[in-house]
Amino acid sequence: MNTITRSTRLSKVAGVISVVLVAALIAVPWWAVASTEHLLAEFCIYLALASLWNLLAGYTGLVSVGQQAYVGLGGYVLFTCSVFLGLHPILSILLAGLAAALVAVPVAALVFRLQGAYFAIGTWVVAEVFRLSFAQMTALGGGSGYSLPVPIIKMLGDAKPVREANIYWISLALGIGALALVYTLLRSKIGLALTAIRDSEIASSSLGVKIDRIKYAVYIAVAALTSMVGCIIFLQKLRISPDAAFSVNDWTAFVIFIVVIGGIGTIEGPILGTIIYFLLREYLANLGSIYLMILGALAIVIMLTAPKGIWGYISKRWNIALFPVGYRINFKD
Amino acid sequence: MAILSLQNLTKRYGALIVTDGLSLDVEKGELLGILGPNGAGKTTLFNLIAGTVKPDQGRVFFNDEDISGQGVSERCRKGISRSFQVPHPFGRMTVFENVLVGATFGRQNSSSQPEAHAADVLELTGLKSKANTLAGSLTLLERKRLEMAKALATDPKLLLLDEIAGGLTERECQSLLAAIRDVHKSGVTIVWIEHVVHALLSVAQRLMVVNFGKKIADGNPATVMASAEVKSVYMGEDALV
Repeated sequence: MNTITRSTRLSKVAGVISVVLVAALIAVPWWAVASTEHLLAEFCIYLALASLWNLLAGYTGLVSVGQQAYVGLGGYVLFTCSVFLGLHPILSILLAGLAAALVAVPVAALVFRLQGAYFAIGTWVVAEVFRLSFAQMTALGGGSGYSLPVPIIKMLGDAKPVREANIYWISLALGIGALALVYTLLRSKIGLALTAIRDSEIASSSLGVKIDRIKYAVYIAVAALTSMVGCIIFLQKLRISPDAAFSVNDWTAFVIFIVVIGGIGTIEGPILGTIIYFLLREYLANLGSIYLMILGALAIVIMLTAPKGIWGYISKRWNIALFPVGYRINFKD
Repeated sequence: MAILSLQNLTKRYGALIVTDGLSLDVEKGELLGILGPNGAGKTTLFNLIAGTVKPDQGRVFFNDEDISGQGVSERCRKGISRSFQVPHPFGRMTVFENVLVGATFGRQNSSSQPEAHAADVLELTGLKSKANTLAGSLTLLERKRLEMAKALATDPKLLLLDEIAGGLTERECQSLLAAIRDVHKSGVTIVWIEHVVHALLSVAQRLMVVNFGKKIADGNPATVMASAEVKSVYMGEDALV
């Protein structure tokens, strides 16, 4: 019999290191200072957003510039559930996922009629419509926004350190969860179809892959999870406004930067990209607008020299994968 | 019995008629060759059969079932498979994974061991030694073989080959022909569009010539090649004098 292997020695080592790393991250509230904890929570949020956007754009080719629609929607669902219904934030997070999935169905039906650049612009327009609509809702503070009621915040712990630890763990769960989900999905049968769609849509459908169905499913699932991430973002910020909630810069432009420099269409790319983004931000952000110019210049240099991103370059150069999703066959004879 | 039946197919792009009321029956087990000058509408004909393009008029029947309204992936699972004129490999996947896509999603009976089936196809098409190579780094001949391997992975009943011999050396062409003969012998009906006339004539049982989207000759290859109209299309009006 021919044998098929789906892991390498390197990937087994990477797996063990990942487990140790996740354990260390879970323990952060006990060993790290508050500022580190806060930074790592934000890291997890961007890791989740980047992994999800990569699944959407990198694999199904749906280059959305409007994922802030779902970040903002999630945030507003959290505030609505809290202010009007007094629900526990964790329940609100789940409801936000559900709400976004429901909203994503008609939105997908609309934007899927557009191709390529028109799709990108269409998704952005949808996000702007969301922003303008929420700015009209006076019950939620209209254009100036709303603060999360104190009793809701206290549901996550009376003491500040407890509360912040809980918010950190939820962020971690979403960050690791999004990554684990993408990895599991890509290793499954659907993953084979997604990887094929990434490389050629026309060839995939000619080989029996139901492209439209997979695109719809991915778009809706990514919307739901992005919305849940949006919840935790505004649970951290404690205040929401339409401009912050539906910010194309914060929730899409930086995310695209992360995925593009890290390596689009790979699992490792968004992880590497998020690490690079946070390193740059920590050391350069006090330069003000020059920092943004450096980010832009870096993105251009990488796109010109390594179009598949840093991880794309590494994996091709040395033919390695930390989280392999492919198949290697060894023939018997 | 006809496995494929095209009835009065018409496709226009604006004022340009690329397929003009074309009807065609392909018998089960046949190897039909299609010739025609550039722009004659040959690839469009494949697009109409595979479902990539929808006709403005006319119907497509496969095994007596009207499949005119069905999409590409549905027709693939029914047993229609094609190779592309310009190879479309999944460049960042290995050769084995490329073939596995068709074996997993393209077969009617997809439950049965896609990995084993993909391995068999690699053996048949001579790509075994390249199984774990990224498809993006293959040579032209290997890419053409991979096009055929992917199409075969779906267990087709009808295989559409679009200029699969173009750009190959004589030796490469002979080895590809041997593979095509093997596939045909195993019972697959083949329709083959080709500009490399001698390669096509060495295996085709029947020949059709199209020009401006119309069938201008159809039948025994020798008779078709000798017909005055085919000569005029290929060599100009002067050849008739």
